[in-house]
Amino acid sequence: MTACRQLPAVNTELKAATARLEAGPAGSECLVKVGGDWRLSEPVPSWIGVLGKRTGASVRVVPDELGKWDTSLVLFLLHGRAWCAQSKKDFHADALPENLQSLLRQVAGMGAPKPIAKAPVKPSWALVGTMAKKMVSHALEIVPFVGECTLGFIGVVKKPCRFRWMDCLVEMQQCWVSSLPIVSLVSFLVGVILAFQAAIQLRQFGAAVFVADLVGLAVVREMGPMMAAVVVAGGTGAGFAAQLGNMKVDQEIDALETLGISSVDFLALPRLLAAAVMMPILALYANVLGILGGMFVSATMLDIPATAYWIETQNRVGFSDVTSGLIKSLFFGLAVGLAGCLRGMKCDRSAAGVGAATSSAVVTGITLIVLADALFAMIFNVLGI
Amino acid sequence: MKNDTPATVIEVKNLSCGYGETVVLQDVSFAVHPRELLFVIGGSGCGKSTLLGCMIGLLKPFQGDVAYFGKSFTAADAVQRRDILKTFGVLYQNNALWSSMTLAENVSLPLEEHTSLTREDRQEIIALKLTQVGLSGSEELYPAELSGGMQKRAALARALALDPAIVFFDEPSTGLDPITSRQMDRLILQVRDTLGTSMVIVSHQLSSIFRLADRVIVLDRQSKGIIAEGAPAELAATSTDPRVRDFLNEDEDFPKPTNPPPAGRSYDLSK
Repeated sequence: MTACRQLPAVNTELKAATARLEAGPAGSECLVKVGGDWRLSEPVPSWIGVLGKRTGASVRVVPDELGKWDTSLVLFLLHGRAWCAQSKKDFHADALPENLQSLLRQVAGMGAPKPIAKAPVKPSWALVGTMAKKMVSHALEIVPFVGECTLGFIGVVKKPCRFRWMDCLVEMQQCWVSSLPIVSLVSFLVGVILAFQAAIQLRQFGAAVFVADLVGLAVVREMGPMMAAVVVAGGTGAGFAAQLGNMKVDQEIDALETLGISSVDFLALPRLLAAAVMMPILALYANVLGILGGMFVSATMLDIPATAYWIETQNRVGFSDVTSGLIKSLFFGLAVGLAGCLRGMKCDRSAAGVGAATSSAVVTGITLIVLADALFAMIFNVLGI
Repeated sequence: MKNDTPATVIEVKNLSCGYGETVVLQDVSFAVHPRELLFVIGGSGCGKSTLLGCMIGLLKPFQGDVAYFGKSFTAADAVQRRDILKTFGVLYQNNALWSSMTLAENVSLPLEEHTSLTREDRQEIIALKLTQVGLSGSEELYPAELSGGMQKRAALARALALDPAIVFFDEPSTGLDPITSRQMDRLILQVRDTLGTSMVIVSHQLSSIFRLADRVIVLDRQSKGIIAEGAPAELAATSTDPRVRDFLNEDEDFPKPTNPPPAGRSYDLSK
C-alpha cells in the first residue's frame, strides 16, 4: 500500500477560483478536502490534476469549510468516483453533506456523456423530394374539398335562409378594408411601370400616344385582376388560413362537427363567397388605378394630355376586355378563398402548423390564380375574346 | 308495465383505433348505462383521448362499433349520424368555445341548427342554460373575457343546449384551481341528478374520480385496452394489478395530510 504524496495545498492554476482543494495522506487513505464555493461559471480543480499520479488503497472526500456548491462539485466527485473505480480504489464520500450524497446517489447510474449532436441537415435533393410529395398530396386534397364546397353551394341555393349571410358580409368587409390600400398602391405602380416600359420603346417610333392602348389593355385584361388577386391571396387568403387554423388547434372545428354542423357550410362557404364577390370589385378598382398610373406617366413625361390619354384608352379598351378580366377575377376570388379555407381546415394542431398553413395558403392561392389565368387565356383565345 | 329506459346508452364493441399504422387501442368493449358517471382513466399515451375521439366521431375506428341507444354510429349514414350527434354533447379539454361569438351565440348555434325554435324561445333557453351553469347575465360576453373556470361552465352550457342524453368531458379539471375544480365537479353531479344525463369523463384527477365516478375503466398503453373496470374505491382497495393500484392510490412518498377536515367542511357534493 502506498501512501499519497503530499500535494501543493491548492492547485496553483486555481488561485483565482474560490473552490479549494487539498489532497494529502491520512494513514492508508488519501484524504481529499473540498472547500470554498464551487461554481460552474468559475474554474474548478480537476480530479486527474489532483490525484492522477497517486496510488493508494482508498480515497476519502471530506468537506473543509465547504460553501456554496453546484453541479461543478457533483461532476468533480463523479469523476473522482469513476477514477477510483478504474484504479480499483475505494471511494468514500460519506462525510459530505447529506443533500450532496443524495444527489450523488440519484445520478449513480449516469452513462458516459454523449456528444451534443445537432439535428442532421437533410441533403437538398431529399428536401426537394419531400416537397414534391407534399405538393402532390396538397394538390390531391383540393379535389374532395371542391366537391364538398360544391355540395354546400347547392344546399345554399336550395335553402338560402340557412346560409350565414352576416358572416359573409363581415368577411367581405374585412376583405375590402384590408386589401384596398395595397391594391391601390400596387395597381397604380403597375400602371406607372407599364407606361415607363412602353414609353421607352414607343417614343422611338413617335407612337408615344399608344402607351394608353398598351397600359389600358394590359391592365384591364391581365394586370389589374392578377395584382388584385395576388394582394388578396397574401392578405385575405392568409387570414382565412390563420383563422381556421387557430380554430382547428383550439378544437372549435371539432366542436362544430360533433354538433352535426358542417364546418364547410359554416366556415368555408361564407368566406368563399365573400372572396368571389369582392375580387371583381377590387379588380375593377385596380383597373382604374392602373390606368391612372399610366395617365400620370404620360402626362408628366410624354406630354400627352390626360383627356387625349383617356380618349385613346376608351377607343382601344372594349367592354369585352373589361368583362373578360372581371370574369377571371371572380374565379381568382374562388381560388384564393378555396386555398385559404382548405389550408386552414387541414392545418396541423400546433402553432407551427398554423404558420405553415398560412404560408401554404398563399402559395396555393397564387398557384391556382396563375393556373386559372393560363386556362382562361386559352379559353378566351379559342372564343376570340 | 313497459320500461322505456334502455339498458345501455352507449355500447362500444370490439373497437380498435389509432393513427395511421399505429394501433393505440385494440378490441376494446364496454357499455355506459343510463345516469351513469363513467370515468376513463389511465397513464399518459394510453389512448383515452383516442377512445373519446372514436366515440364522438372525430376519429374513424379501424374496426369495431360504437352504438348509441342500440343504433350504430360507426356505420350510420349522414342523416342517422346527424340524429345521433344530437343525443350527446361534448366538453373539450380547452373548451373549444367559438371565439368570434358571444356566449349567447355559442349556446344558440346548436339550437339554430337542430331546432326550429323562434328567436325568443332560443333567448329564453340560453338564459336558462347559462343560469344553470352559474353564468346568468353573461350572454353578451366573449369567451376571451371569461376566466378558465367560467369558460368551462360556458362550454358545459353549450354542450347541454340540446338537452343531450349523454355528455362527454375531456379533462374537465384541466387548468382549474382546486376550488373551481370542486365547483365543476358539483356542477357535473347537479346536471346528472337533475337531467339524468349519462356522462363519460376522461380525467387524471384522482380527487374528481373518487368524488364522482360510479365506475371507472382503466386503459393501459402496453395492453392497448382495458385492464380494469369497476368502482374506484373498490379497485383501489382490491385490485391485484399494480398498474391500477399505483394509479388509484396515493404515493407513499407523498401521503395526504393526516389532519381531518375542519368542522363544517364536507365533500358531500349533493348539498
